[in-house]
Amino acid sequence: MADGSAIGMSVEIAINPVTRIEGHAKITIHLSEDGDVKEARFHVTDFRGFEKFCEGRPFYEMPSLTSRICGICPVSHLLTSAKACDSLLSVSIPETAILLRRLMHMGQIIQSHALSFFHLSSPDILLGMDSDPSKRNIIGLMEKYPEIARQGIRLRKYGQSIIERLSGKRIHSSDWIIPGGVSTPLSRGERDRMLAYLPEALEITLNAISMFKSVLNGLRQEVENFGNFPTYFMGLVTPEGHLEHYDGKIRVVTHEGRIIADQIDPTRYFEYIGEAVETWSYMKFPYYKPLGYPYGVYRVGPLARLNIISRCGTPMADRELEFFKSMGEDGVVHDTFLYHYARLIEMLYCLEHAKHLLEDPEILKNNIQARAALNKREGVGACEAPRGTLYHHYKVDEEGRITWVNLVIATVQNNLAFNRAVTQAARKYVDRKKLSEGMLNRVEAMVRALDPCLSCATHAWGEMPLRIQLSDSEGKLLDEVARG
Amino acid sequence: MSFLDQDERLIELADKFELVYSPIADVKEFPEGADVTLIEGAVANEEQLDLLKLVRKRSRMLVAFGDCAVTGNVTALRNALNDGAESVLRKAYVENATEQLQIPREVPKLLSRAQPLHEILKVDFYVPGCPPHADLINYVLTELISGRVPSLEGKFRYG
Repeated sequence: MADGSAIGMSVEIAINPVTRIEGHAKITIHLSEDGDVKEARFHVTDFRGFEKFCEGRPFYEMPSLTSRICGICPVSHLLTSAKACDSLLSVSIPETAILLRRLMHMGQIIQSHALSFFHLSSPDILLGMDSDPSKRNIIGLMEKYPEIARQGIRLRKYGQSIIERLSGKRIHSSDWIIPGGVSTPLSRGERDRMLAYLPEALEITLNAISMFKSVLNGLRQEVENFGNFPTYFMGLVTPEGHLEHYDGKIRVVTHEGRIIADQIDPTRYFEYIGEAVETWSYMKFPYYKPLGYPYGVYRVGPLARLNIISRCGTPMADRELEFFKSMGEDGVVHDTFLYHYARLIEMLYCLEHAKHLLEDPEILKNNIQARAALNKREGVGACEAPRGTLYHHYKVDEEGRITWVNLVIATVQNNLAFNRAVTQAARKYVDRKKLSEGMLNRVEAMVRALDPCLSCATHAWGEMPLRIQLSDSEGKLLDEVARG
Repeated sequence: MSFLDQDERLIELADKFELVYSPIADVKEFPEGADVTLIEGAVANEEQLDLLKLVRKRSRMLVAFGDCAVTGNVTALRNALNDGAESVLRKAYVENATEQLQIPREVPKLLSRAQPLHEILKVDFYVPGCPPHADLINYVLTELISGRVPSLEGKFRYG
C-alpha cells in the first residue's frame, strides 16, 4: 500500500505500525530517485475529539473526563485539569493538598519513566537492536535478564503504589484530585509504608543508571545518529531555575543554552506556542511562535527539562545532572538517545523529592480542600507531565458548563523533533536496496527514546505494531518488510 | 497499563502463555491461530475496524477488555454530536490551530460513530472496568489459560 503522499519523483517506504510505544503510528520514509533519504514522516493515525465533546459538560467533571485521555499519565491530566479548575474557582489550595498532589505526581513520573525505560526500551538496549524481534520485548527480557526485568516491574510498582495508597486506585484515580485540592488525607500508616519501600526503589534506580552508563559506550553509534540535532528546549522551572514538575513558570533555552524567555506565566502559553496541521497526521505540529512554522522546533520532556535547569534540587540527582551536562556542549545535550538517561535522573530526583515530601509533617494534616463557587469564566492549568509540559485551558458559561477547551499535550510538542529525528535515523540506516529488520528497529527505537504517548497526543487510543513498505513514485509496491 | 499492574505476577504468568502480538511486542502482523485475544478500546476508525475483523478471524476467543471495548465509554461521547465526526475534527484542526488549518485526510478515516466491539462482531467474553483491576485481569487470564470460563460475579465494576 502506498501512502499516496510520495514527494515528486521520490520513492516511499512506510513503517506501519510502530511498536513498543504508547499509541498508534506509522512512519514513512521518502527516498529521492538516487536512493537518498529526503524526508521521513511520523504519522499518528487515531483521534478521539476531547476538545469538542467536553463542551457542555460541567467543569468539575473535567479532571475525571480528561484523565481518560491516557492510561500512562492520567495523573498529569487530573492535576492539570484540576489546576485549571482551581483557577476557575479562584482558590489557592491548602499547603497539605499541594504536598499530596505533588507526591502523587512523583509516583506517576516514576511509574511512567520506569515503564518507558524497562518495559518498552530496555529490550533494545540489553537484548540488542538486531536481536530476534519475537523475543525483543519485556517477556523476552524476563527470560534473558530476569533480575533486571523484575527490578523494572518493582520500580514501576513503587510509583503505581504511591498513586494507589493515596487514592485507592492505580489508574484513573479520578475522584481524588479535585478542584480545590484532594478528597482524602494521607494516613500515617500509608505514609510509613511508602517510606519503607523507598530505599529499594532508589537502589533499583541507581543500578539502572550504572547499567545504562556501562552499555552507553557500546551504543556510541546509536547515540550519535539518534536525533542528534540542535533545537530549542522548553519547560517549567522554579523561580530559581531549578527542576519543577507540579508548578513553575515557562523557560525557553536555545540550542546553545541561552535563555531567551523566562518566568513566563503558563497562562500566556499561546503567545509562545502555535500549532500547525499537516494533512498526513492526526498529531498537530506545535512550534515556538516567535520563530514561526516550521522553523520553531523545540523539544520538551526529560531531556529538555534537564537542559533548561541549573539544578534539580536534590543531592543525588544533582550529582548525576552534572555528569549529564558534561555530555553536551555548553551544558546542552542534543542526543535524543539520552532522553533515556534524563529519564533515569528524573526518577532519582522524584524518589528523593518524594522522600522529602513524605517526611514533611504537614503532609499528614487534614486541611486538604479549598471550597469555592465558580468565580472566573476562564482558567489555564499547566504542569510537567512525564513527557513534557501539559496545558489545559477552559472557558465556561455562567452555570459552569464548559464552552471551550484547548489541550496542548506534551508529546505533541515534540512532533517536529520526532520527524527530524526519524529522518536522521533513516538517513543513517535506510538502504534503498535492502530493507533490513535491524534498520526498521533502529528507526523505531529512535521514536521510543522520545517516548511518545500517542493516546495523549491525539486524545486518541488504540495500538498496533510496524511494517515498512517500499513503493515507487506511482505507488507500486517494490519491497515490504513485516515482522512475525 | 492495568495489564502491567499485575506486577511480579506477570513473571509467573509469562511461563504459561506465549505473547504473539501486542503493543509491547515487535511482531507486526497479527498471527493465525491465537487462542485468546484481548481487545481494548472502542472501534473509532477504519483501520481499527479492519484490524478487528482480521483479529476475530484469527482468534479462537475474543475478549472485550475494558469499558471502551465493552460499552464505548468516553470514546463514544462524540457520537452524541451526530455529525459523522466532522465537528470534533474541525474543533481540533481548524479552530484550535494557528497554521495550515485543515482537517487531516491522509490518515485512517474516523467512523461516524465510535462503537463497542459487540456492535460489530461476536465477542466471547467481557472484562469491564476503566481500567479493569489488575487482580481481575490476573484472575481472568489464569482461568482462561487453564481452559475455564471465569465467573465475574461480584468481581468487577464499571469505571
